[in-house]
Amino acid sequence: MNKVLSVQKLSKSFGGLAAVTSVNLELFQGELVGLIGPNGAGKTTFFNLLTGIYMPEKGSIELHRGSEVFSLQKRKPHDICRLGVARTFQNIRLFRDLSVLDNVRTAMNKNLKYGLFPALFHTGTYQKEEEELVEKSMELLKIFDLESKASELAKNLPYGDQRHLEIARALATDPVLLLLDEPAAGMNPAETSQLTRTISWIRENFDLTILLIEHDMSLVMSICERMYVLDYGLMIAEGTPEMIKKDPRVIKAYLGEDLHA
Amino acid sequence: MALLQKGWLKYILMLLVFVVGQVLVMTGILNDYLFATLTTLCINIILAVSLNLITGFTGQFSLGHAGFMSIGAYVCALITMRISTIPGFLLGVFAGACAAALVGFIVGLPTLRLRGDYLAIATLGMAEIIRIVFLNLEITNGAAGLNGVPQFVTWPWLFLFTAGTIHLISNFIHSAHGRACITLREDEIAAESIGIDATRYKVTAFVMGAFFAGIAGSLYASYFYFLRPTLFGFSRSIDILVIVVLGGIGSLSGSVIAAILLALISTYLQSFPELRMVFYAVALVVIMILRPQGLMGSKELSFDLLRNLGRSRKRRSS
Ligand SMILES: Nc1ncnc2c1ncn2[C@@H]1O[C@H](COP(=O)(O)OP(=O)(O)OP(=O)(O)O)[C@@H](O)[C@H]1O
Ligand SMILES: [Mg+2]
Repeated sequence: MNKVLSVQKLSKSFGGLAAVTSVNLELFQGELVGLIGPNGAGKTTFFNLLTGIYMPEKGSIELHRGSEVFSLQKRKPHDICRLGVARTFQNIRLFRDLSVLDNVRTAMNKNLKYGLFPALFHTGTYQKEEEELVEKSMELLKIFDLESKASELAKNLPYGDQRHLEIARALATDPVLLLLDEPAAGMNPAETSQLTRTISWIRENFDLTILLIEHDMSLVMSICERMYVLDYGLMIAEGTPEMIKKDPRVIKAYLGEDLHA
Repeated sequence: MALLQKGWLKYILMLLVFVVGQVLVMTGILNDYLFATLTTLCINIILAVSLNLITGFTGQFSLGHAGFMSIGAYVCALITMRISTIPGFLLGVFAGACAAALVGFIVGLPTLRLRGDYLAIATLGMAEIIRIVFLNLEITNGAAGLNGVPQFVTWPWLFLFTAGTIHLISNFIHSAHGRACITLREDEIAAESIGIDATRYKVTAFVMGAFFAGIAGSLYASYFYFLRPTLFGFSRSIDILVIVVLGGIGSLSGSVIAAILLALISTYLQSFPELRMVFYAVALVVIMILRPQGLMGSKELSFDLLRNLGRSRKRRSS
């Protein structure tokens, strides 16, 4: 299997608080991997390090694309996205006052071919590519049953649809690696199970690797083939869901929480 | 088909405005005084629309628009005072706009890293520096300023530059690049996460805004004979911002409507010179209380909007 991401000894602290400490992680092509851990364990911080929102203090992040290796630390977020890493946010960050369609098509900006001149004069190049953008966006929206809501404002969508739209927007950037930060947070069981199906579907139909942060154990355990566990910034365990369930350190970290829920 | 018709309507409307203006000028109904008002109005429209691109659409709070305007004005004046022909005038406008854009680029690169209030203060400082430079340069004749700038602005030029500015900025907003600018206003972190280079697009919007402000300045110089650094102080930047906020942050038609409305109010108040500024201020306060989102909010005046308005009226009355 081909390696997609390799993170080594990654560390970040806020003042005296060590949010992520010397974390190692590897992802392989086509995998769906879970990242779990109690509140404040450093999961979101880890995503923010991968996507360039925070600068790592130590360690390295390498993205493998074919035979090429890109080191991601010290890159800006937009640059990291251009290299093929897309994400969603724990507290949904849609462009609330833009339409559903605009949310998705702005995410195709990195592959845009026309420049400033066609934009100012609406030339034939502009017309053609704009039509393609709409077409591609609608195709993506269809996957999430959102195409009939394309002209609605993002903020007017029901909560579950907003979560879906954020995933659609991330996919629109044409990623090789998709990072999902608690996509099921705030969803009811019916919405969660629909989301679970959608994530599996995406994995099968798009050629990508997914790293998923999730609190909902049933979701992670049912769809991830491998998991990592963070606790107080330390990676305390790694393995298949069965192994993780039995790991004494994990049980201790989650003391009081029901792993079998 | 419907789209095609709408596009045509826009051009027909523009042609109509031009022809009506031309007839009014030729018949003398638009006398010198009214034409001066019209020139000021068109210049304000260009300034407001271009500032709206920076502040309304891209979300970068700028208080230095008068600075860019003054660069256009001085550069154009210096050129037309030496080449006093129509090609000289056009060269002057173009050079004025480019000079303003260049300064926008040089200033924008470092300052656009700043956010909100900090950027506002930095742009304010920039405009002051530009003013002080013109105050101290020999070629611009310091505080006394430039006198006898040749007059070239006629209705066709005024119309061409105003309509052209609105058209180009509107086109830009309705392109993938313009939408990228809008995502920065909405949520910069999310925008970067989908591959939008925030710095690049902020600088693009800033440079374009400065370019058109430079055009406005060039027109100013080529109509009002003389230039002095005090004409381009802080209060002018504020005046432009008032038009943008009043019309609606992120609405081009709002900027145009607000500019017209303010021109009407201020022309009407001309007959009460003592109370003029008081009434003007009161009118602003009243409008902002009644419509805090600006006259147009972030909507554009369109035929759909009018139709929907009509429909909801009907529904309410039935
Ligand atoms: N910008 C910041 N400044 C200071 N402290 C921060 C910052 N971001 C995160 N932290 C702290 O770092 C620690 C890890 O936070 P993080 O958000 O990564 O946890 P998490 O695992 O995502 O938790 P949750 O499950 O609640 O989302 C927490 O103690 C948090 O308070
Ligand atoms: Mg988190």
